[in-house]
Amino acid sequence: MERFSFPDAPHAPEAEQLRTEIRAFLREELKDMPAEARTGSWTGFDAGFSRRMGERGWIGMTWPRAYGGRERSALERYVVLEEMLAAGAPVAAHWIADRQTGPLILRFGTEAQRRTYLPRIAAGECFACIGMSEPDSGSDLAAVRTRAEPVPGGFRVNGTKLWTTYAHESHVMVLFCRTDPKAQRHEGTSQLLIDLRDTPGVTIRPIIDLQGAHHFNEVVFEDAFVPEANLIGNLGDGWKQVTAELANERSGPERFLSSMTLLVELIRLLGREPGDEAAIAIGRLTAHLIVLRRLSRGVARLLQDGADPALQAAIVKDLGSVFEQAIPDVARALVILDPDEPVTRRFGEVLARTVMSVPSFSLRGGAREILRGIIARGLGLR
Amino acid sequence: MDDTFDILATTTTRLYADLFPVDRIGGAAGWSEEAWRALDETGLPLALVPEEKGGAGLEPSAALGLVRVASRSGGTLPLGETMLANWLLSEADLPPSEGPASLAASRAGIEVGRSGDGGEWTLTGTVAGVPWGRTAQTLALLVAHGGETWIARIPRSGWSVAEGRNLADLPRDDLTLRTALSAGEVRPLSAFWNAERLRATGAALRAQEMAGALESILDLTVRYAGERVQFGKPIGKQQAVQQQIAVLAGQTAAAGAAAALAADALVLPEGTATIAAAKVRAGEAAGIGAAIAHQVHGAIGITAEHSLHVFTKRLWAWRDEFGSERAWSLYLGRLALAAGADGFWPFVTDAGARTLEEVA
Repeated sequence: MERFSFPDAPHAPEAEQLRTEIRAFLREELKDMPAEARTGSWTGFDAGFSRRMGERGWIGMTWPRAYGGRERSALERYVVLEEMLAAGAPVAAHWIADRQTGPLILRFGTEAQRRTYLPRIAAGECFACIGMSEPDSGSDLAAVRTRAEPVPGGFRVNGTKLWTTYAHESHVMVLFCRTDPKAQRHEGTSQLLIDLRDTPGVTIRPIIDLQGAHHFNEVVFEDAFVPEANLIGNLGDGWKQVTAELANERSGPERFLSSMTLLVELIRLLGREPGDEAAIAIGRLTAHLIVLRRLSRGVARLLQDGADPALQAAIVKDLGSVFEQAIPDVARALVILDPDEPVTRRFGEVLARTVMSVPSFSLRGGAREILRGIIARGLGLR
Repeated sequence: MDDTFDILATTTTRLYADLFPVDRIGGAAGWSEEAWRALDETGLPLALVPEEKGGAGLEPSAALGLVRVASRSGGTLPLGETMLANWLLSEADLPPSEGPASLAASRAGIEVGRSGDGGEWTLTGTVAGVPWGRTAQTLALLVAHGGETWIARIPRSGWSVAEGRNLADLPRDDLTLRTALSAGEVRPLSAFWNAERLRATGAALRAQEMAGALESILDLTVRYAGERVQFGKPIGKQQAVQQQIAVLAGQTAAAGAAAALAADALVLPEGTATIAAAKVRAGEAAGIGAAIAHQVHGAIGITAEHSLHVFTKRLWAWRDEFGSERAWSLYLGRLALAAGADGFWPFVTDAGARTLEEVA
């Protein structure tokens, strides 16, 4: 029997028209961006780029017009995402808000929250971060300890969030926290919108990664007051909402295109004198890429149809991260880096940056072992 | 295609379940005249022949999807080969085969002669490893001659058989041709066809069959892991085992998507690259998936008695037929490198997303 349905993405001429527009936009935007800078993929932050994306209607593009959206299809959005990633565009500023914060607010938020945040997100002017992980709560998200205690008019928040990507550049955080300390693990949690620019008692401290870069942060809440109006959805529904959010986080093309810049530069280098061995290795990666795209577009289709693709999304992310992580090894097997040769020297820089990035690919958005556990549960093994 | 396909898939599943109880699966054990007649009555061998030429005129995705369904059963009939051979014949307005058929491309060593008046053709030489050559009533042989591509409809009397088999015991026979055909039995094909495209067509078939076999070994493996108790609990409760089966599920999904891509590309003029990608990916999934299924099954899985080997041997055989991962990776990689660094991504999106409407 067929256990996982991955439908085909329907034919969409308007999406292909859009693809042409985006390629032209990116050619112009990225013409001076060197390859090594593109390796950042969706961790590359450029507020100006995001604003120009917003001007073109390419952020929040599936949302209702009333909230600044363009009411375009999930597949059209998919085309925008994959074109950005394939080109190594610096999308980090708006990425989280477009992918999960906006959809979360749209689905569970109050009317006031929608009107406050969605048009600004769609304009590329409001950036968001995710307050899920904590010092003692990573893969085990239900172990969350940050506490939002009900007080008159709102909540008093105490606790620490960790690995919060771009908290220092964001306007708003979606905080996953415990609102009922007596409830069972998965119950008694809620999500709050935190205004990071104007909430006393919130301290953001940088965590420098192994490349010397500042993406991560520690965000400490000390008796921070959050108004009741900032509760997303119902009190106590946090787990249910976060699960829905994670399907959005796991399914997209960012789960197999993270090493794309390296692959493109590898093709550039090998193209000078292509031999059979190089062609075979590139052919294999190309085959994987073409099939991953088909799977991922199938998930986009399921999302568009209103289905719950949590299981399919876990499969795509698992296969995708294996693929992304294999590319540096393939490159190293094919290329001899020669410090005397400027071309391979530049390539070496792209390779080095990708080598240092790949460990995160099977951690972020759900560690490999967690995803495989989700797949096993879907098979009825647990 | 969904509703019609579901009905056909259910019919096919039932037919194969009736024809192939578990003691009749594996190798060529399923073959019999009666079994073929039962299949023939469904019209499935004519699935790819257009309606106006007397066939069922199914979309390639539906026709090959039914081969995938059949493959899940472990049963054995030359359904896919006959479907493709009949399609090839219909492409040149030749009548379909009476009974099972196979297909091959002519190669070095086959002598092709044509009488001076353009009347009679003679074909002499050996085509090796033809699937089901011994049972085929018709061979659709692709012939390159005089700068054009032709299809010869060779009747059973036109060849002698040296029986062979692949590692899954499926018939792969050497056919020695010694035949004279009339002008009406050898007809030109459109520029769409050449030997490489014929190989791709077979590769698309094997990708579907591999996807079906992977679905079956995933089922067998999940079931076995739930039944086999060690250390006081089913082995499927062990996280180490769960993680491996999750990988098998991922490979099965990848092969399924690859097979679907190949089916969609079957009739597209520029579809060979997509089929190449599909065969590479499905073949890789076959190897990884079979290894995991065997590891989880333990010793019982490598016995003749257990049905797992029926599927795993086919996976190991099919990944090599009509072009291995290496062969098609080379093909695809050359195209990708020729597209160049800046053309690579458009090459990928064209291969993955082209549909019939876009090409039309």
